[in-house]
Amino acid sequence: MSRPRLINREEASAPLDRELLVRLHDLMVKTRVLEERLIQMYKQGHGYFWIGGPGEEAFNVPLGLLMKKGQGLDHDYLHAHYRQSGTLLAMGEEPIGALRQMKNTATDPYSGGRNFAGHFSKREWNIAPVSSPIEVQYSIAPGTAMAQKRHGGDGITIVTGGDAGTAEGDFASCLVWSSRPANPLPLLIIVTNNKWGISTTADGQHGETRISDRARAFNIRCKTINGNDPLESYRELKEAMDYVRKERKPFMLEALVSRLYGHSSASGANFVTNEVDCLKEFEAKLEKEGVLTREQMDALRSRYTEDLATAARQVRDEPQPAPETIWNHIYAEKK
Amino acid sequence: MANMAQAVRMALHYAEENLGVMDIFGEDVGPPLGGVFTATQGLKNAWNSPLDERGIIGTAIGLAMAGQRPVAEIQFADYIYNTIDLLKIAGNTLWSSNGDWNLPMVVKTPVGSGIRGSIYHSHSFDATATHIPGWKIVMPSNPLDAYGLMLAACQELNPVMYLEPKALLRVKGEERIPGEPEDEKQLSKMIDAPLGDRSAWKPQWPALQPYVVPIGQGKVVREGAQVTVVSYGRTLPLCAKAADSLREQGVSAEVIDLRTLWPYDWNLIKGSIEKTGRVLYVNEDTEVTNFGEHLVRRTVDELFYKLLAPPRLLAGKFVPGIGLADSLEMASVPQQADITEAIRKLASEEP
Repeated sequence: MSRPRLINREEASAPLDRELLVRLHDLMVKTRVLEERLIQMYKQGHGYFWIGGPGEEAFNVPLGLLMKKGQGLDHDYLHAHYRQSGTLLAMGEEPIGALRQMKNTATDPYSGGRNFAGHFSKREWNIAPVSSPIEVQYSIAPGTAMAQKRHGGDGITIVTGGDAGTAEGDFASCLVWSSRPANPLPLLIIVTNNKWGISTTADGQHGETRISDRARAFNIRCKTINGNDPLESYRELKEAMDYVRKERKPFMLEALVSRLYGHSSASGANFVTNEVDCLKEFEAKLEKEGVLTREQMDALRSRYTEDLATAARQVRDEPQPAPETIWNHIYAEKK
Repeated sequence: MANMAQAVRMALHYAEENLGVMDIFGEDVGPPLGGVFTATQGLKNAWNSPLDERGIIGTAIGLAMAGQRPVAEIQFADYIYNTIDLLKIAGNTLWSSNGDWNLPMVVKTPVGSGIRGSIYHSHSFDATATHIPGWKIVMPSNPLDAYGLMLAACQELNPVMYLEPKALLRVKGEERIPGEPEDEKQLSKMIDAPLGDRSAWKPQWPALQPYVVPIGQGKVVREGAQVTVVSYGRTLPLCAKAADSLREQGVSAEVIDLRTLWPYDWNLIKGSIEKTGRVLYVNEDTEVTNFGEHLVRRTVDELFYKLLAPPRLLAGKFVPGIGLADSLEMASVPQQADITEAIRKLASEEP
């Protein structure tokens, strides 16, 4: 196949090759299908609560692809929020883990049946546990970044959260702690802005023109991007990450994204039609540019749908954690 | 002998030299002040944080996630309340990640009355701290234990809350810290920062030796036969003094310094109550949903038929704050006379 025009755009600072476009698409589809399966499991009574990130795939997938994966200070730390399945899948995580967490089985790799869906944790890859209180991760992230700064190398810390959460003091803490002239930190501060806080609209909270403007007061380099475009997201994330890796200073990236199934199952988890669907738009582009055909994309979706349905059936038969395990892991013990 | 603030300082010095503690931080913890109680003066790894308690606890969690061993300070426990959800997270991170992420971190904070600190420099925190699972909670009542508990805390794999009874921070010890010079004036000259310009000052640390008070281990500080008194922190020396004065009057009180509030030394308490048949729990936090109430409940549950008298709790009054006036503070939290009287009364109580 000839090189598609899409990837030769002049404004593209780093041309994306076909292989990467196909990979982005594959992971976006996989993520969307996973989230839809999780919602279905919830609606069928195979879980108590759903929260996730359908509508953020175009941003979350590139983030996962660009992270320096591994354990310890030489690798990137991620302090994520609960809409980040695309990032985990892009890092190479198997989707069945998310299904196990939804079904709160003993096999749930992130919390052993203790925590909500979308609350990932994987120390092996520096994925800090996602917790339900909004924005606390912004107070915690400077800690890993500080250790990385002292350690040297090019590992960075990445923190993500939503727009509504920026009202919490922890967001201000993050700006203050990462930009102190005495010790600026290699911290990529990300806000995915879906313009909602559960049911509260942006005009109920945001007097600032752009959330990223808040970084300017702290002399933190910042940008607002279209997080519904995976190519723009990939390029801008790469540029921001390169800056943080090299300069050992913070960067704030605000990504405008969609929220396609509402806040969570508490608001019904039904598809909304009045927001941009990043996957639909990307597929139209890929088809137009001749990267993939409609048939190829439909086949991919069918395959993932089938895979996830099979995985969900498997998970349904897996045991719940034993009651006596509530006493496990209250304290770590010396081995 | 060293006072408790000097003991904490020496323990942290030992920890930064030998136990991998690379961050000792909080408001005014680093130079030039070295802590409002001087407990962090002269430490090479002490640094000043922004005035942001949530940032302090959050950063400590992050540092611990990254495999560091942070010691974070909240300047007064009165200001720790806006970090409660982060303290909850520190306590539940290992559990909620099903054993994946442990957090080796220490949070130290001065607690309690005794310096006429009024409403916002007198709070106790033991009742609240013991309500947050996943933490280990310690509270020394003398400099040697302060040293030994800090060394234990800095070797823990889990979050440790280190409560400093602020009324005792300036009180000298009766037992020498291993490595501490014999002459206390010499110690002061070596490790206390001079008044005025300190920019060129460097401490001369004595050759400190390791000494660990294991977390979870209480100590009998006075042996007795008639009544058991269990306390910690500021009220512990008052209980010991009460036992001494009552002994002259023929009352035999056994005094236990709990030292660790969680996980606490139940075997020590239980053994003593089985011997005396009477127990008084003493602390100065407000008395409703007080940690001592838990101890009373456990005493009733497990030792009811061994008791000669109801288990008692002497604690702070359930009022919104400790008022500034001497009369108000004295009326709000247990004082020497209250403790002595409570022990005397309980010792003579019969079924």
